[in-house]
Amino acid sequence: MADITLRALRKSYGGNEVVKGVDLSVPARSFLVILGPSGCGKSTLLRMIAGLEEITSGELTIGGERMNDKEPRERHCAMVFQNYALYPHMTVARNIAYPLEVAGVPRALRERRVRETAASVGLADYLERKPGQLSGGQRQRVAMARAMIREPRVFLFDEPLSNLDATLRVQMRLELRRLHQRLGVTSVLVTHDQTEAMTMADLLVVMNGGRIEQAGTPLEVYGRPASRFVASFIGTPPMNLVEAEIAPSGRLHTELGPLPIAVERIASGPVLLGVRPEHVLLATGPDNADLELPLELVEELGATRILHARLDGRGFAVATAPGLPFPPGATLLLRLDPSQLHLFGRADGRRIDAGLVRIGEQVPVAPTEAVAVPFR
Amino acid sequence: MDKRAWFRNTPLALALAAPQLLLVLLFFYWPSGAALYWAFTLEQPWGGGNVFVGLENFRTIFGDPLYWNSVGRSVVFALASTLLAMTLGMLLALAVDRRLKGHAGFRWALIWPYAIAAPAAGLAFRFLLSPEAGMIAYLNHSFPGLWNPIVNGWQAMLLIILAYSWKYVAYNFLFLLAGLQSIPKSVIEAAAMDGARPLRRMWDLQLPLLTPTIFFLLVVNLTDSFVDSFGIVDLTTEGGPNKATELLVYKIYFDGFKGLDYSGAAAQSIILMILVIALTFIQFRFVERRIHYS
Amino acid sequence: MIERTPILDIVTQLILLLGLVIALVPLWLVVVAASLNLQEVNTSPLPLLPGSHLIENLVSVWQRGDLGWKLFNSMLVATLVAAGKVFIAALTAFAIVFFRWPLRMLAFWAIFVTLMLPLEVRIVPTYAVAANALGPLQTILEVTGLARLWQLATGVELALEWNLLNSYTGLVLPLVATATGTFLYRQYFLTIPDELVEAARMDGAGPLRFFRDILLPLSRTNMAALATIMFLYAWNQYLWPLLVTTDRANYGTAVMQLRQLIPSMFSEPEWNIAMAGTLIVMAPPLLVVMLMQRWFVRGLVATEK
Repeated sequence: MADITLRALRKSYGGNEVVKGVDLSVPARSFLVILGPSGCGKSTLLRMIAGLEEITSGELTIGGERMNDKEPRERHCAMVFQNYALYPHMTVARNIAYPLEVAGVPRALRERRVRETAASVGLADYLERKPGQLSGGQRQRVAMARAMIREPRVFLFDEPLSNLDATLRVQMRLELRRLHQRLGVTSVLVTHDQTEAMTMADLLVVMNGGRIEQAGTPLEVYGRPASRFVASFIGTPPMNLVEAEIAPSGRLHTELGPLPIAVERIASGPVLLGVRPEHVLLATGPDNADLELPLELVEELGATRILHARLDGRGFAVATAPGLPFPPGATLLLRLDPSQLHLFGRADGRRIDAGLVRIGEQVPVAPTEAVAVPFR
Repeated sequence: MDKRAWFRNTPLALALAAPQLLLVLLFFYWPSGAALYWAFTLEQPWGGGNVFVGLENFRTIFGDPLYWNSVGRSVVFALASTLLAMTLGMLLALAVDRRLKGHAGFRWALIWPYAIAAPAAGLAFRFLLSPEAGMIAYLNHSFPGLWNPIVNGWQAMLLIILAYSWKYVAYNFLFLLAGLQSIPKSVIEAAAMDGARPLRRMWDLQLPLLTPTIFFLLVVNLTDSFVDSFGIVDLTTEGGPNKATELLVYKIYFDGFKGLDYSGAAAQSIILMILVIALTFIQFRFVERRIHYS
Repeated sequence: MIERTPILDIVTQLILLLGLVIALVPLWLVVVAASLNLQEVNTSPLPLLPGSHLIENLVSVWQRGDLGWKLFNSMLVATLVAAGKVFIAALTAFAIVFFRWPLRMLAFWAIFVTLMLPLEVRIVPTYAVAANALGPLQTILEVTGLARLWQLATGVELALEWNLLNSYTGLVLPLVATATGTFLYRQYFLTIPDELVEAARMDGAGPLRFFRDILLPLSRTNMAALATIMFLYAWNQYLWPLLVTTDRANYGTAVMQLRQLIPSMFSEPEWNIAMAGTLIVMAPPLLVVMLMQRWFVRGLVATEK
């Protein structure tokens, strides 16, 4: 079990920089998930850790040892590829045994280890099959077993679940977590699926454009997104973002009109006001409503219901409990909780930590540390 | 392999397929049938058409030492040129596939020889390896008579093998490289992570995964060495010296068009056809068992 | 991939260099020989750098071999074969893949089987067909007795004849009559989603419209690849043109003309002229492979598999 540190890691192809200086430290035994849209450099980063891509500059250490120039086989990492990369001409048994075969482990020991490993992932009955005769989930397990048998210091997963159907994906998600709990091997998983990222990570890293946007526990990242990008990338439906100005008096003027909410400890200027759909409340009457928006359509999800309001061609979503039907065209009376609002700089998109209070109420609401969960 | 969605219009379909079907009937099936007819009949010397002679033509051929000479020469040519062209093609494909600096340039240029018409390659090699001029003739200054494919049968054989293989190295290279590059990169990377070094990966992964391509090329090389060698032979050794390079197609051409023995030539064609069909059949059987990447 | 394999890398580079030498040295020496004069070309060993007589030799062989006309013939034949193939094969594959009709599978196999036997092995009887392309029909009519009927009815003996010897038709048609391109198209057509046909049908397009507006535009890359390899195949033909043309002055192709350049045994061998001719004849296909390698490789790999 080894910790991993990345210091100012960069990767460029010719003049094209795809990883633009990444600093990260992954404690031993933790499960890191790197989340980002396609092309954000997350897979490249993973392959740099694996030794499949050269590191242009910066430093990578695993277990305290500098790894920049080590060959993949010297890094003691195992990797599960997106398409599993099984050896199509070898049986399941030989696929799993291959790392040991290359390492020159005697046949008898090798066979015993293969049987044990295969049994632990439920493949005991498939050892003589070829990969082509297996289902997607079984192939996934073979790839896992091949990675496990070497008892590596680090597991690397490159979108391992994206080729599975939805049901299997949920199931394998749990299995991967169980495996991690059992073996305690430091793991790095790359995905573009936010649910996967939220559910599996001890430590979640959101990447965009070759940079880390935010690193933290899943709840930190969800509760206090560090940038406009993170705010809109995580959460379904995504966070509502509204353009706003902070008046010299501190009051918020949004594109939907002035709000009875003031910002403290910050200079006036243009901002983006963000609020998650589940944090928008329905007002009890016109006199305590902060916003009035026409309802466009309603999505029923069973446990919750999403109300979509119209807003200059953009949507504004509100998540509520299921209840009385709203007719389309009705006017939504909405109330905002100042403690659940997020501010982002309009120019740089970075989070602005400020105290938000309802005007007329004396007690300033504490800034959002309340949602932060200490890192394990 | 059938489509779910299709059109139903038989006359139109027939009209669309008609040009090719007519051409195939006229230039493939009729001649093949005619070959059979000639192979089992003999033209009467005083005219009056052909009479059925059963296996007489084949008996004549099989009793002819010149025919067996031609078979022997063809087999030597086929095996030697296939071995040479496959080995070199494989080495080059594996080397280019390592993607070292400049591999794209090598890939580009190594294919050129396949563009050259066999007779042109033949004429070029006839000059380059001629006993009086070219590249190798100076050996004869030091060792008179050492190299002379014009009188030495085995040297003539070597000459056509070299000229022919030169073209097919490029052909095999091209297919083997395409085969290597169709192996998913992640499979090779997985093996690297599993600790396998390049030579080990070639042996454990690339060669086994390439067996369908290798087998396909073996069949094509053998087949083509029987059918595609005419141009080379005609421009280099003309079958000589003393029939040392008279390959099967060359003999058919000579017996048929110079000797005007249509029946003999047709019977030889039939034998060659059976040989080629057998090779192709083996290949189709094998193609079914290709490896599919998952 | 990070991998330190210095020795293997050197070996790899050496193999590649050796391959390059094998591939290019013969070509280079052809160029060198074509640029020497008669006396230089017969010295041994051959100089490694070109001399100063290249243009002179090219002009000389051009005139002596009437290469202008021969190259035109080759170009015409190769273009016709490529175009004919690209077009006819597309029609056939369309009929086989997108239509249901009674003898469809028979037609499919009838064409498929032709992949097995190259022209060279059935050269003698094919020649007989070319001598009279209506011969088969005549035979059929005679065997079925229809010819006699005709003779009785009209009083004229039926003698159908269409001689393809010494004609462009004879040079081109037998080369078009193979299945190569048909299977390239078929494989590609099978990958076209059914929904596309259904959508076209819903939009009211008939089969020919679907073929013209959707299938052909989608097949452009395959057509380019097929045209490239068919052009080379036809250009490099030797045995068939040799048989089908006796009137070499008018219908000879460039590759056939090489035979005329073999130096005579009884005079000083004019290898410089022969190599200049070889250079001219090999140049067009070589240029195609150098400049259109992408299409060439694609076509070759796709048709052979």
